[in-house]
Formats: sequence, structure tokens, C-alpha cells
Amino acid sequence: MSNILIQERSIVIPGETLAEGMDYLPGDNTYREDDKIYSKILGLANISGRVIRITPLGGPYVPKIGDKIIAKVTDITMSGWRAETNTAYMAMLNVKDATSRFIKKEEDLSQIIAISDYIIVMIINVTSQNLIDLTMREPGLHKITGGRVIKINCQKVPRVIGKQASMINMIKEKTGCEITVGQNGLIWIKGTPEGELNAEKAVKLIEEKSHLEGLTDKVQKFLEALA
Amino acid sequence: MAYTKRVDGRKIDELRPMDAKVGVIPNADGSAYFKMGNTIAYAAVYGPRELFPKFLQDPKKGVIRCHYSMMPFSGSGERIRPGGNRRSQEISMVMNNALEPVIDLSAFPNAVVDIFVDLPQTDAGTRCAAISAVAMALAHAGIPMKDMISSVAMGEVDGTVVADLNYDEESYPAIVSDIPIAMTHNTKEITLLQMDGEISKPQLMKALEMAKLATEKVYALQKKALLEKFAKE
Repeated sequence: MSNILIQERSIVIPGETLAEGMDYLPGDNTYREDDKIYSKILGLANISGRVIRITPLGGPYVPKIGDKIIAKVTDITMSGWRAETNTAYMAMLNVKDATSRFIKKEEDLSQIIAISDYIIVMIINVTSQNLIDLTMREPGLHKITGGRVIKINCQKVPRVIGKQASMINMIKEKTGCEITVGQNGLIWIKGTPEGELNAEKAVKLIEEKSHLEGLTDKVQKFLEALA
Repeated sequence: MAYTKRVDGRKIDELRPMDAKVGVIPNADGSAYFKMGNTIAYAAVYGPRELFPKFLQDPKKGVIRCHYSMMPFSGSGERIRPGGNRRSQEISMVMNNALEPVIDLSAFPNAVVDIFVDLPQTDAGTRCAAISAVAMALAHAGIPMKDMISSVAMGEVDGTVVADLNYDEESYPAIVSDIPIAMTHNTKEITLLQMDGEISKPQLMKALEMAKLATEKVYALQKKALLEKFAKE
């Protein structure tokens, strides 16, 4: 006899019992003890078939291979750059992954990317100790010049982008800004000073109200009121 | 004469009026406020982030670091020197030990989760209010936890086992014992148990049984506060 104790899309807290009996399976952010499944995190319950998952409502960024992120260069080493990724761990960008051009041994790396520059990069490897390798040799990856970089909670990134990028395209259109969203919660906005400010306000609004429905309409009204 | 009527007129198993709120410090990754009578605790959680000094790092899992501090004006009229002292160092340590069993930082090797607790106003039971606040703040910060921790102080005042002592009861002119207890919610495992004063074994067992019900009340409030933060408009 198995029964589920929570509803789809309800908010659960750590340690809450999600289901009893062996018919259900523990998915992400849950664990089984004896015949019960418990939540491990504060988040939204998601039941798909027999699997119960919890989508976190907040929390740290966990680096994944293939994620496009925005990083800040903190150091230059013999073989490349070290960058900060809004996690507890350092990331390395090797010279061979930074540009397709041949770089001579004696060349000054700070002429290519200087310390405290922001870069749009992709994660190509994550070790068991969460050390990160980056690449910049993919389309759309480059060093950031101008504009501003703002930080939001990384769990809100899917809401900022929206379904088929509807949200982000709407903000781009209304404010006339160029916007790049990194999976780690860093967002680069470039445009006119007013446009940048409005885009930043809109992103902060999304972050604040991310658990509500009908957000695209709310943000659209918000941006129209500003313009 | 036995202690039949409590100093502030509560029933023997009644807790002081409680209040809780989540997300009170916008700059922190997670934060919470917990009030128990006249004891107020604010907790802020930062991280997981890089841990320095490096020799404290654990390559197998992340570690937590509690910092407990009473504000200079928080006591009963005496100014408390800011910064650490032996008492706050010990309480920080027991808080670490009370929280560690439920926190799962295996996905964050070498990292640290910093926990800061400040008490702007104190009237006994500070470590209990602090632990209850921290449990909420950790959940708010999205730290993986196996269970919630709820904490409350039990005690015996002149032969009667009571829940959640205030300062007047702790300093009652008779034999008094003060037993801060922290428990997990599902399994009712004890993660903090300390004692001041003296108590007989049967009375201690009675106090521990009462603590299960008392921590359950704290848990209900913690849960309510966490859900309220994300409630629909």
C-alpha cells in the first residue's frame, strides 16, 4: 500500500515526508529511509510517474558540463586564466581554449584578458572536487566590454529566460538592450543608460516574484509603465 | 512549597509566545528571525563559499561554521562586550554539533557554509532560539538537509518540570535545572542536550518526553514561516 502525501507543485520543506510505501521512487533532492521518501531541500514538489523530484526555490549554483556562464577573471597563471564563477570553486580557462589564434610563449596574457574582466564562457569539465574547466572557443562566447553585470539567484535563471526565451526577448525588445544570462546567475546587460537601468529593474522584479504565475504579463506591464 | 504557579502565569508545558520570519536579511543567501518571549535571534547564512584558512578545508565534504553573538545592549542592563568570549565560543561549537547531523554538504567539498546569529534581546533560551532560527535560515538558503531541527529548553523549577524557562525561572531561588534540547523532526533524535543545575533521573526522562511535544510546536511555526515566505499573493 503506497500513498503520496503531497500535491504536485506544492512547497515542501527539508525533512517533509513526501510518500509512503515502495511504489514511488526518490528523485532529485529527495531520499528514502525505510519505506518513506523525504525531501532534502526547500522547493516545489514535482511528481512525474513514479518519481518524485524537488525543484529548489533557492540555493547555490552547481556547475554542469555544457552550461554557459559569466565568470570574472581573478588571476593569470602560466597556462591560462583563473576565474570566479559565483560558486565556492575556482575555474580555469586554458590558453588553448581561450582563442583560436596561436599564442606565443612570451606573449603577455593580460593583453588578451586582463584581471577583473568578465567573460562569457562554457563549462567543458567538472571534477569530483568541483574544479571547473572553461572554454571560450564556441559561438557566442567572448570577453565582455561595456554594460553592466548584475547577480541574481541562479535558481531563478529559467524564469528570467522564460519559455522559449519569451521573457528575455520581451525585455530585450522593450529596453533595447543586449542581454546575456549566465546559468550561474550573472547577467550582462548592455544598452543605453536608461535601458540598462530598466532591464535591471525588470530582472530584479522577476527574481522577487519568480514563484508566481503569469509573470511575463506582469513584467510587460511594468516595463510599459517605465517607458 | 512546590512550584505550582509559574512566574509569568503559563501552564507547565506552555511555551512563550513565538514568532518567526524568513528572508529578513536581503544580502544573505538565507536568513531568518525567531522570537521566543523576550528572546530574539536573527540568523544569516552565507555560502557554500570558499573556505579560508585552507587547512580547515575538508576535501570529502563541506563544513559549517557557526558564529553566535549577543548584542552589547541585549542583556538585562549590563553592557556585553562585543566580539567573542568563552561562552559564545562554546555555544557556537554546540550549535555546530547540533546542526551538523542533518546537513548534507557532500556535494560541496572544500567549501564552507557560514552561519551568523545575533541576539538583539535575550531572556534565557538563547541557544535554543538561535538553533531554531538557523534551521530556517539554512532551509531558506537552499542547503540540503535531511531534516529540520527544532530546539527548546526544558527544566525543573523547585520539583516541577516546565517547558521553555525564562530568566526569572532560571534564577528562581530554589533548585533549578535548565536543559536546552534540540531535536530532529522525523526521528526525534537529540542533537543538543546540555544541563545546568541538578535533576533526578525520572524527572529528566519526563523532561525529555515533554521536549518532544515542545519541539513539535516550534517545528510547526518554522514550517509555517517557511511556507509563508513563498506563498502565492
